[in-house]
Parts: sequence; structure tokens; C-alpha cells
Amino acid sequence: MTVTPALTYRSTPGPLHATLLAGTVPLFLGALLSDIAYYQTYQIQWSNFAAWLIAGGLVFCGLAGLFALVNLLRADRKAGRPSVYFLLLLITWALGLVNAFEHAKDAWAVMPSGLVLSAVVTLLACVTTWVGLTNLRSGGDQ
Amino acid sequence: MKHSSTLTVLSMAMLLSACGGEADSTQARGPDPKLPEPQRGLLPSMKIAEPVAWGAQKPTVPEGYSVTAIATDLRIPRQTLVLPNGDILVAEGRGGSAAKLKPKDVIASVIKAEGNTKVKGGNRLTLLRDADGDGTYELKTVFADNLNAPYGLAFADGKLYVANQDALVRFDYADGQTKAGGPPTTVTDLPAAINHHWTKSLAISPDGRSLYVGIGSNSNITERGMEVEIDRAMVWQIDAATGAHKPYATGLRNPTALTIQPGSGQVWAVVNERDELGPDLVPDYLTSVREGEFYGWPYSYWGQNVDTRAQPQNPAKVAAAIKPDYSLGSHVAALGVDFSIPAMGKQFADGVFVGEHGSWNRDNPVGYKVIFVPFSNGQPAGEPLDFATGFRGEDGKTRGRPVGVTVDPRGALIIADDLANTVWRVTRNK
Repeated sequence: MTVTPALTYRSTPGPLHATLLAGTVPLFLGALLSDIAYYQTYQIQWSNFAAWLIAGGLVFCGLAGLFALVNLLRADRKAGRPSVYFLLLLITWALGLVNAFEHAKDAWAVMPSGLVLSAVVTLLACVTTWVGLTNLRSGGDQ
Repeated sequence: MKHSSTLTVLSMAMLLSACGGEADSTQARGPDPKLPEPQRGLLPSMKIAEPVAWGAQKPTVPEGYSVTAIATDLRIPRQTLVLPNGDILVAEGRGGSAAKLKPKDVIASVIKAEGNTKVKGGNRLTLLRDADGDGTYELKTVFADNLNAPYGLAFADGKLYVANQDALVRFDYADGQTKAGGPPTTVTDLPAAINHHWTKSLAISPDGRSLYVGIGSNSNITERGMEVEIDRAMVWQIDAATGAHKPYATGLRNPTALTIQPGSGQVWAVVNERDELGPDLVPDYLTSVREGEFYGWPYSYWGQNVDTRAQPQNPAKVAAAIKPDYSLGSHVAALGVDFSIPAMGKQFADGVFVGEHGSWNRDNPVGYKVIFVPFSNGQPAGEPLDFATGFRGEDGKTRGRPVGVTVDPRGALIIADDLANTVWRVTRNK
């Protein structure tokens, strides 16, 4: 009987990778909450907060993406979680960038598309972080 | 609107961003411009014409006219004033202290700076004198300095008025004086917080009793909040004797130059309208400034065209908004205006000259020239004519950007160029 030994080493994101990844959630969530506040009050400062929080989210998301890419390139089996995780990060970042451009519009021109995008990006950031932090094995059966 | 799916929003944004600017000729100019629907891509159109030196080149002027650089190496000349003895005063400086509130402001300021001079503003008035009348201004001297971004200039009754970015000040002036007798007296403080649009334009009634100061808005379209727009986007009437002021006309987004119509005494203005609604919105305009009227900003433009970016909206103000007199085309950035005189030649005898600094929010740049709007019976009549062009060359490079235009009673047009830091003088050939 031939046995293919399953690779069982752990590939939990390191502390820096995990911080960057998990950091996208409060940043994008903060942007969403700020957008909601602006939507309800017309107070422009909320919209400024949202724009900066999105910019911060993009930095964190982008750096986490670099880790994910390296992780993907070094994985023995690229299909499955490593690819899904990287793709999710990529989509989150791309939509986040579109959202940043939306938030570069003046005053109420941000609404409602900016609010909708902030909700979508926040949801994506949550899912991506979940997938990333539960990605315990890069090889073998999952 | 709230139900629109992300995909729709996204695809629309992509589609819109694909629409570029159209040619200059499609720009609606005149009293009744056709306005397209607002549009805004994912990114605003930004086109900065690359600055280069004039070298041996000069602006192009009509046949039968000549142009000379009468002063160079200035420190950001904006507006000029011809004094009774023919001396020319030049206001030099750059103002504004608007904080960068969003990531966009940081990026946009870097891009826009590419199209401006790197010279530091002079915060002074320079006097130019051509004593023998040969067209060469042999004397160039500092008349007054330590001013705060001076812009609007006016003279009446032995008093020289200067609109700094934060105050209207006054110098006593005697004929032939080449240096101010001392620091100026403040007539009244002007709204100066933030100063997103810092240029305070100025005109004085012929009797010297009323001053008119144009105060620009503190944002493009209220993106710094409604609170900072108190006392902004309006023209003040100021009593020269007491400094007391009242709003004379409101809703004028950025009244960058004011002038008085000879004969009628009517105040006229050129006004820069809002950006980021597409290449052919919103037209900058030339208008008589009617006392007590509201011209739309921020709630609407060109009458009742509602701008939904200004929230909460104000239907009563929209209903009250009046239309300006004459469209100069969108994004041309008119920064100078002055009435002509018969000495400028038959074709340019009756009308106004307008200095157009040139666009940034348009793929196909417009402006970058001085035009002439012909008048008939005291009102704009007919198509504008080019008077001085070539500031942006066929090669796509920018050699100069016109700001203030002033008609010299001796029959010349003085043009301040704040990119080349030069003052040009256009005369009719004898």
C-alpha cells in the first residue's frame, strides 16, 4: 500500500500578516459607519473620516495581499484555500480602490454609491479575514 | 437611488470615466448656453498643460496690434491698476490656507501645482513707469510690501485700495508717488477663514464712496461643510468712509474680477463656476451684478439647474436663483475683466476684455487666452473674439496663464501672466 503523506505543517498567518489582515475589518467597518453617519446628518466631516479610513484599509489590505501572494507562490498545492484567500483579498482591495475614488467626489456626490460600496467592501473584508485566519494548512486535505 | 446595485453603480462609473472632454468649439458660450446633463467619471478629468518658458515667443495678438513684455521676473502678478499718471501697479502674491481634508486633496494639490509657477508670491505691489511714453517701462520698483496676498486694486479720490486676502486696506496716494508713505490703513476685515478661494476682487464706484469686494466660496461645492460658507460666494458693498458692509449679491461661486461699466456705473463680474460635473458644465460667466439677487451657488447653476451635491437642498433658494448674463464656457477660469474704450480700435471699442487662466478639469484644455466680448447698448452682443492667444501652444505646452486685464486709457491692454511672472502690454500699431 502506497501512502502519500499529507503535508500537515501549519501555515497560520504570522503576527504581522494577521494584524494587517484583521485590521482591514475595523478600518472598512469604520468607513461604513462614517458613511452612514454622513448619510443621516449631512455633516461633511463624517465623509472625510470615511475617505481616510478607506485609504488606511487599502494600505492594510494591500500589504496583507503581498503576504497572501508570497504564501500562494510558496504553497505546494495552490488550489483551494491559498488561491481563494488571495483572490478574495484582491477583490476586496480592488473594490476598496473604487470606493476610494467614489469618496474622492465632492460632498453629496459620494452618495449613495459610496455607502453601498462601503457595505460591500466591509462584508468582503470580514469574509476574507475569516478565510485567511482559518487557513491553517496550505497543503494536504482540508 | 438607494436600490441601485453595486454593479450598476460600478459599470456606470466605468462608462462615465470613458467619456472625455470635447473640443473647444462645442463649448456653449453666449447669453443662452445649452447645458448638457451632468457627468462625472470614476476619476475627474485632469489635464495640466506642461509649463515651459516663453523664450523668444510671445502671445499672439490681432493683426495691427503689438505685444511687449513690460515687466518680467515678478513674483506671481495677478491684477493690475493704471494710475492717473499712467503708472501701473501690479499686485503680486498667492494666498489660501485651505487644509487638505481628504486623500484626494493631497493628490490633487500635487497635480495642480505642476501647472503653476514655482516662484514664491511677492505679497507686494510693484510700480511700473514709462516716463517718456515710448512703451518701455524703465522704472520697476516696489510700491508697498508686507501685504497679505494682495489681489483686487482700485483707485479713487487720492486713495489707493488693495484687497488683501484677509482685509481691505487703503493707502493715501499723491500723483507721481513711487513708494507708499507707510503701512496701509485697514478699511475693513474680509472673510478669511480657510480661503479655499482666496482672491478678493475689487472695484470702486466712480464717486469713490462704495467699494465692491468679490469673496469666493470656501469649496468647490460645499465639500468643506455648509458652516464655512457663511459670508462666502458673494459680493460685498463696503462704505469707503466707515468700512460698513452688506452683501450686495449672493450665490456667486467665485467672483474673481469686478469692474464698473462706464456710463451706467453698473458693477460687472466674471465668476468661476463649479467643477466635476463634466467637461461642458458649469459655464463660467460674465454678468452684471444685480443688487440683492441670488445667482445659485451652491444649490443650483445657471438658474434652476439643481446641484444635488449640495445637501440639505434648498428649493426656495433654487427658485429664487437668477441666470447670469453671458456664458464664457466651462472651466475657462476667467480671472480678469475690464471695459474697453474706443482707443483700443474699432473692432474692440465697445465691450469687455476677459483674461482666462485656463482649465484643469477638462481633457481638452480651454481658456489660456484673453478674449473680447463685444457689447451693444450696454449688453453683451455676439460671439466672443480672441484677443491674445498662444499662452498654451499648439505643442500642448503652456507658456503663460492670463489673470488680470486692465485697459490703459492711453489705448493699451495690460495683461498679468502669473505663470511666466510677466506683465504684457498690447497696443495698436500707429
